[in-house]
Amino acid sequence: MAEVVLSQKRLAAGSTRFCAGILSTARHLTIEQKMADYSNKLYHQLEQETGIHTGYIRTGSIFLAQTQDRLISLKRINSRLNVIGIPSEIISPKKVAELHPLLNVHDLVGAMHVPEDAVVSSADVALALASAASQNGVQIYDRTTILHVMVRKGQVTGVETDKGQIQCHYFVNCAGQWAYELGLSNEEPVSIPLHACEHFYLLTRPWETPLQSNTPTIVDADGRIYIRNWQGGILSGGFEKNPKPIFTEGKNQLEIQNLQEDWDHFEPLLSSLLRRMPELETLEIMKLVNCPETFTPDMRCIMGESPSVRGYFVLAGMNSAGLSFGGGAGRYLAEWMVHGYPSESVWELDLKRFGALQSSRTFLRHRVMEVMPLLYDLKVPRWDFQTGRQLRTSPLYDRLDAQGARWMEKHGFERPKYFVPPDKDLLALEQSKTFYKPDWFEIVESEVKCCKEAVCVIDMSSFTKFEITSTGDQALEILQYLFSNDLDVPVGHIVHTGMLNEGGGYENDCSIARLSKRSFFMISPTDQQVHCWAWLKKYMPEDSNLILEDVTWKYTALNLIGPRAVDVLSELSYAPMTPDHFPSLFCKEMSVGYANGIRVMSMTHTGEPGFMLYIPIEYALHVYNEVMSVGQKYGIRNAGYYALRSLRVEKFFAFWGQDLNTLTTPLECGRESRVKLDKGMDFIGRDALLQQKQNGVYKRLTMFILDDHDTDLDLWPWWGEPIYRNGQYVGKTTSSAYGYTLERHVCLGFVHNFSEDTGEEQVVTADFINRGEYEIDIAGQRFQAKAKLYPVTSLFTHKRRKDDVELSDLHGK
Amino acid sequence: MDWPVPGRASAGVGAPAASTVALPLPRGIPVRSSSLPLFSDAMPAPTQLFFPLIRNCELSRIYGTACYCHHKHLCCSPPYIPQSRLRYTPHPTYATFYRPKESWWQYTQGRRYASTPQKFYLTPPQVNSILKANEYSFKVPEFDGKNVSSVLGFDSNQLPANAPIEDRRSAATCLQTRGMLLGVFDGHAGCACSQAVSERLFYYIAVSLLPHETLLEIENAVESGRALLPILQWHKHPNDYFSKEASKLYFNSLRTYWQELIDLNTGESTEIDVKEALINAFKRLDNDISLEAQVGDPNSFLNYLVLRVAFSGATACVAHVDGVDLHVANTGDSRAMLGVQEEDGSWSAVTLSNDHNAQNEREVERLKLEHPKNEAKSVVKQDRLLGLLMPFRAFGDVKFKWSIDLQKRVIESGPDQLNDNEYTKFIPPNYYTPPYLTAEPEVTYHRLRPQDKFLVLATDGLWETMHRQDVVRIVGEYLTGMHHQEPIAVGGYKVTLGQMHGLLTERRAKMSSVFEDQNAATHLIRHAVGNNEFGAVDHERLSKMLSLPEELARMYRDDITIIVVQFNSHVVGAYQKQE
Repeated sequence: MAEVVLSQKRLAAGSTRFCAGILSTARHLTIEQKMADYSNKLYHQLEQETGIHTGYIRTGSIFLAQTQDRLISLKRINSRLNVIGIPSEIISPKKVAELHPLLNVHDLVGAMHVPEDAVVSSADVALALASAASQNGVQIYDRTTILHVMVRKGQVTGVETDKGQIQCHYFVNCAGQWAYELGLSNEEPVSIPLHACEHFYLLTRPWETPLQSNTPTIVDADGRIYIRNWQGGILSGGFEKNPKPIFTEGKNQLEIQNLQEDWDHFEPLLSSLLRRMPELETLEIMKLVNCPETFTPDMRCIMGESPSVRGYFVLAGMNSAGLSFGGGAGRYLAEWMVHGYPSESVWELDLKRFGALQSSRTFLRHRVMEVMPLLYDLKVPRWDFQTGRQLRTSPLYDRLDAQGARWMEKHGFERPKYFVPPDKDLLALEQSKTFYKPDWFEIVESEVKCCKEAVCVIDMSSFTKFEITSTGDQALEILQYLFSNDLDVPVGHIVHTGMLNEGGGYENDCSIARLSKRSFFMISPTDQQVHCWAWLKKYMPEDSNLILEDVTWKYTALNLIGPRAVDVLSELSYAPMTPDHFPSLFCKEMSVGYANGIRVMSMTHTGEPGFMLYIPIEYALHVYNEVMSVGQKYGIRNAGYYALRSLRVEKFFAFWGQDLNTLTTPLECGRESRVKLDKGMDFIGRDALLQQKQNGVYKRLTMFILDDHDTDLDLWPWWGEPIYRNGQYVGKTTSSAYGYTLERHVCLGFVHNFSEDTGEEQVVTADFINRGEYEIDIAGQRFQAKAKLYPVTSLFTHKRRKDDVELSDLHGK
Repeated sequence: MDWPVPGRASAGVGAPAASTVALPLPRGIPVRSSSLPLFSDAMPAPTQLFFPLIRNCELSRIYGTACYCHHKHLCCSPPYIPQSRLRYTPHPTYATFYRPKESWWQYTQGRRYASTPQKFYLTPPQVNSILKANEYSFKVPEFDGKNVSSVLGFDSNQLPANAPIEDRRSAATCLQTRGMLLGVFDGHAGCACSQAVSERLFYYIAVSLLPHETLLEIENAVESGRALLPILQWHKHPNDYFSKEASKLYFNSLRTYWQELIDLNTGESTEIDVKEALINAFKRLDNDISLEAQVGDPNSFLNYLVLRVAFSGATACVAHVDGVDLHVANTGDSRAMLGVQEEDGSWSAVTLSNDHNAQNEREVERLKLEHPKNEAKSVVKQDRLLGLLMPFRAFGDVKFKWSIDLQKRVIESGPDQLNDNEYTKFIPPNYYTPPYLTAEPEVTYHRLRPQDKFLVLATDGLWETMHRQDVVRIVGEYLTGMHHQEPIAVGGYKVTLGQMHGLLTERRAKMSSVFEDQNAATHLIRHAVGNNEFGAVDHERLSKMLSLPEELARMYRDDITIIVVQFNSHVVGAYQKQE
């Protein structure tokens, strides 16, 4: 099979050619760290392999912290770098001055030093890669413009260029800022949400005594700039607060010529640079380079296969880290194309996390203006984008907003975080950007308490909802093949089940209700809308009698959590709702208030008692109003996702996308009961699970309860904190929350068993978990933790004593 | 002493480069000293109640004088008598009553001697909060990422000098016809008339523009109690209010108007002429104001209201934009100015309205022709209508429209408050052949071109302090942002980072006043009030001007109301191509 590279103009003429050539591994996501690490190793040996000079110099880089919060952020990255084997350390300002003599360090509180980071000449790296590829038989066509990609029956068949056609089965759209337009040029458009912004950096002439070529690269994120040595002088650019988006209308220049230099725009960065290196004053300017960079709506790059066209792959939107990620991203994509899946979970970067809904140019233009400054903004836990909001909303949005809802966004859908009580100071609450105890702590506490003692209602309409129906048994058959649990259950039952891949890993984790013999209602996480649809479509036979429908928009979902949910519902439906009549994991269509045909399901996604109501949207307001008015005497109140999170983490409920991914199997997270290996037919992933059952698992999802952690004073866990067992690194946390019942912080995370000698992964047994002493590393500080494989039930449950009751408990909440 | 020293101010703001600070320092001083005699000449003449137009430049000098005049013993008379639009001298005993601004110095004199001048400055945030209190912006909503209207949106703002402010502004989109209406209204002798006109005029215009069928439909809806078609979509600042009490009365008058339009319809569907519609609407509204006052209202509150509306006055300057067709209807001395960007990027001002005052020879001529020859000398006297009124056209002001008999009859039968008011009772001198005043507007048509970037509508409070060319330049540069400032290019020169930094910091300081404002009208007011001799905003001066006590403010400036409408060059260009 021939491999062909097409380039609209000269190879590497895009922003990569201009890019500053800084290779840095200090990234927030582990997958990004790994990609950068691989790139680093690849470029290091490139010169040797190809004989082409790449300008690779291992200079190391120093990340400066002007504030304590920034230092915390760096410490978190530092902890994570160390555990994947990238050396780095937190150093004092004094040490910074030793490493880089020109720096003004007076306003610094600390820094992180990553000694193995490097600088290269990006154009030369591209050339070297190209020549290495040519040697291996890849043909490269310069100055060839792709007109469109040819597709037949949802499969790539070739590429139409201005110089003729090329037949192919695989096509990779690596067109950078052109990727969006190229994606839309197909008959079956591929939506690749990205947008370019102008990016500036400064080149100076060399110093009288030229700067040492191994002078470390400086990243001063608080000052919004980076500085590297460049031919004896310096190269410095940054990510300004007021970026200039460009090419919104897609009127793209064919080759990126140097766009206009805009010194006035660069002024804040220049001031910052001179503050950091006052001696630069006398250095002579060579030029100010303006080269557009491409940004994505969530600051993470885009890779993977299109959900609609088989063989159409994408790798673009590098958020100005193209050089750092290039090598690693290329590797994962190659694995993906060859094996069908990459060797690491790349869901965070997967094209399918987006849908057409992120494709509006107006949305992208506004969002990238927020994303670009964000690259150097302090990233605090529970951060929400401010732009491009209120796109998808529940019909109850205005009602909830009026009652003090604060919102977060997932896949364009607004979801309530928590509800600010009327007497709280609203302005103060907006300042909750901290690594410590946030100011909504008490608000969420009262919501959680209400869920435990009375009843709360959470609008969970964002969940992805599919209906699968057929005329015969086709629906059941295909679902049995796609899902690991046994779906041949009596009508009205709900089954929690994973949608697994060949390796037994979770492609999706959902709840499926059998509505009738031939129709199923499937509930998946919000961001599964595109991915799950593509997965189902891929496996479902072309059969007009088998219908898959996305009904996400048709239903508003209300989650009634709490012991009194039963009372509220039975009063509204005149039907007995006790466990005898309405057992757990049961689904029934019934009337609530005046509205008929409400799908009531006895589950809450949290392990608490209660019901999910799936309400046709035109009834949403009515049902909500009824529930609230009847619920008043049971102490009902609104709650948000932060309360839900606390409840579910405390009950050891893992969520797909946070705790579970394509590389975790049900057996690795204690969900054997949700897998029916002997349900009488084969299903995807069965072989892998059978083998795993025989051999044992190599990692295990574990719940950790922090012991000596002071909620008020210590840094809070978030996710991604390293876990240590008997002093040895064994894995990372995946999510965490404060458990209000346990009155402790709870983290979920995977425990591995690395051999002390070889580092190889070994089987993890329950015994292995139970016999360890655990510590969680939060920004360099370790906290003791108790490991649990099963949720702590009645151990700590809070019982209210009789004398604690007071008058205020009689007030409506 | 805190004299504004021009040289010092220039070092901070005006100098183009650090190396050329040496600006001719003494330039300002002789000018200022020469201005002092101007005062001493003027002051001793108590009958001469106003000075010639005082421009921006002089104002600063006067200002300095005003603050420290107790050292100079010049305060025997107030430093600046405002150009009150309406002047009248009834019985001498009432003089102080009617001229509170002139009497002000008498009772404050003692206090001023008692206290040393206070150095009280507003901080920049305080200045901003004053300037921004009334600002309003409207962006024409985009449809599918594209704005198909020829109007991008508008910014408006007003800064009071009177308390309460007598200026009004309105903006609305016509819902049953296309087009957008924008207007500024400058009231005098109170705000009743300008308020009424700001609420009502656009409805009259919109109704005048409606085709016969739509009028019928609306009338039928009223008749049968069905829901009415909405006619206007208002774009209002929260401070812009509508009178709830008079709403029913106003509606009935409007309905009578459209009923007449329906009856007058000859059946032949004629193309509606915007110019004619505007003229009719203006005249009809003024007529209704007059009639309502004559008829009165059983409700005593309303009765007093309609009389106050009729006896006060207001000028109006209204723009109607529909596609590339721009009509400006003007009555009085507010002004509409088009901002045109020439090919080289520079800005020029095109006036789209004529002031109706003594400076307009055609208006003087018109007045003289409309009245007998023997009145030629009295009809325009001291640059005022009958020696009293500055604008030569206005709404309301029935004192210049009704016969003496009618005025007396209405006042006598009117409420006591009216009867007690000396102003209303006072009959203008040489009042022989009323009416002397009309609300009929002069309508200018302009076909928009892509180089027409914006339109500034403003009351004379702005035009008194700034030249139209400056107004257009400041707005133009504000709207295009930094880009217009010559971009810096290093190309070939030896420049160090330090030098570049110095240069950029300076440029930023220059632009910083632009960044403070999100609203072009606010930006313009900032300049109008705060500009120093060099056309740059001087914070100290701005702060002083804005911290003037209520009773003083009117002496240094008039109410300022500004609307800046931005045009959509792409859409305008597309129109042009179509034809």
